[in-house]
Amino acid sequence: MYRDLILPTAAAAPNVPGLAPLRRAMAAVWEALGSVPDPEVPAVSVVELGLIRQVEWREEELIVHLTTTYSGCPAADMIRTLIHEQLAALGVAHVTLVTQLAPAWSTDWIAPEARSKLRAYGIAPPHLTAERIDVAGISPLRHGTLRVPCPLCGSSRTSLLSQFGSTACKAQYRCDACLEPFDYFKPH
Amino acid sequence: MPYADADLFEYLLRLGDTDVVMAQRLGEWIGHGPILEEDIALANVGLDLLGQGRLWLQYAGEVETRFRSNGRTEDQLAFLRDGSGFRNLLLAEQPNGDFAQTTARQFYFDAWHVRLLRALSSSVDQRIAEIAAKAVKEATYHAERSIAWVLRLGDGTDESHARMQHALDALWMYTGEMFAADPLEETLVAARVAVDVRLLREPWLAAIRNVLDEATLTLPQGEWMQGAGMRGGKQGLHTEHLGHLLTEMQFLQRAYPGAVW
Repeated sequence: MYRDLILPTAAAAPNVPGLAPLRRAMAAVWEALGSVPDPEVPAVSVVELGLIRQVEWREEELIVHLTTTYSGCPAADMIRTLIHEQLAALGVAHVTLVTQLAPAWSTDWIAPEARSKLRAYGIAPPHLTAERIDVAGISPLRHGTLRVPCPLCGSSRTSLLSQFGSTACKAQYRCDACLEPFDYFKPH
Repeated sequence: MPYADADLFEYLLRLGDTDVVMAQRLGEWIGHGPILEEDIALANVGLDLLGQGRLWLQYAGEVETRFRSNGRTEDQLAFLRDGSGFRNLLLAEQPNGDFAQTTARQFYFDAWHVRLLRALSSSVDQRIAEIAAKAVKEATYHAERSIAWVLRLGDGTDESHARMQHALDALWMYTGEMFAADPLEETLVAARVAVDVRLLREPWLAAIRNVLDEATLTLPQGEWMQGAGMRGGKQGLHTEHLGHLLTEMQFLQRAYPGAVW
């Protein structure tokens, strides 16, 4: 674990008796975090993706434990900035983001409602990692892979175009029924 | 078993530099991929490796601070060291060549990388274990892709078969280093911080032999630069290719020190 910069915010409420306290209710904090979208998959929030691992107060300082999807995810810095912005808007003066590596992020943590949102957005949601066929050492070309239903028309007649798509977390598919290309959120 | 922070630092450079150099090579494909999907895939594999390389080099910088007053940041380590300071595997710095050569390099590397990271995820050094556990998921996906391409090219046309075989043969000599250990690694292996890569050779060989059989390709047999005692990139002894790679990778920070955007 290592600490990111502590960004002081201008929106700090003064800690004067009778005025709003610096601490905000945990429910409000989670609500604010829940309004932070993943910049690359804006249909779902960083909370729904399972990126926020823990939130705690230490005196007047809010500690947010955050994990990342893929090691090289280019959206990670943007997500940190957006979290700071949302919490500043809520009036939380001191926020520290702690990047947490373990346990390693998994798509199994994506909330069920978020899977429906992904589908509605045009992205086929990931299968659970336990359903994934272990292809280590064998040919993924010849030994079949999971059926990925088309998020647009629902057909299961789809084919893999590329193991990588528009972002590190997605693969590219094509629906052989409606012929539309679509992204599949890779089970990870 | 006691070991020095300086040893741990060196080991982290070996892990991080291999990822960063490999990522730079893969990045060279951007705009040059044989088809758009592969252009994107190569860049994405490179991106994962760059992310992993950053995690190793960030940790390396923190460890260096423990024994040197002026420990370096990940950026200083990546952009301001000369070639002889790099500790990457020789395989990583080999030029892209044609698509078959890039595929062969990736195939050899991925099959090793998955096994290395899997073993490192039970390192007694918690930070190493955590980074490896995260990275191994990405590396597994990379291996699936490189295996698929070896099969497709090997069992494809006469032309793709010939090129794939040529690439496998040409890069074979650089695979020996992946399974060579020196006293530094032996010290860290004894402390259960590092992985004894000599033990990875047999499982790696069995795995690639399976794939090459299915791909109608022949496992290279060369003995040159094989052997558990050989020295190479991990000791800072590089091929001529690394310097050329670094002139491009480091240009901006060398020309405009400290530039940010």
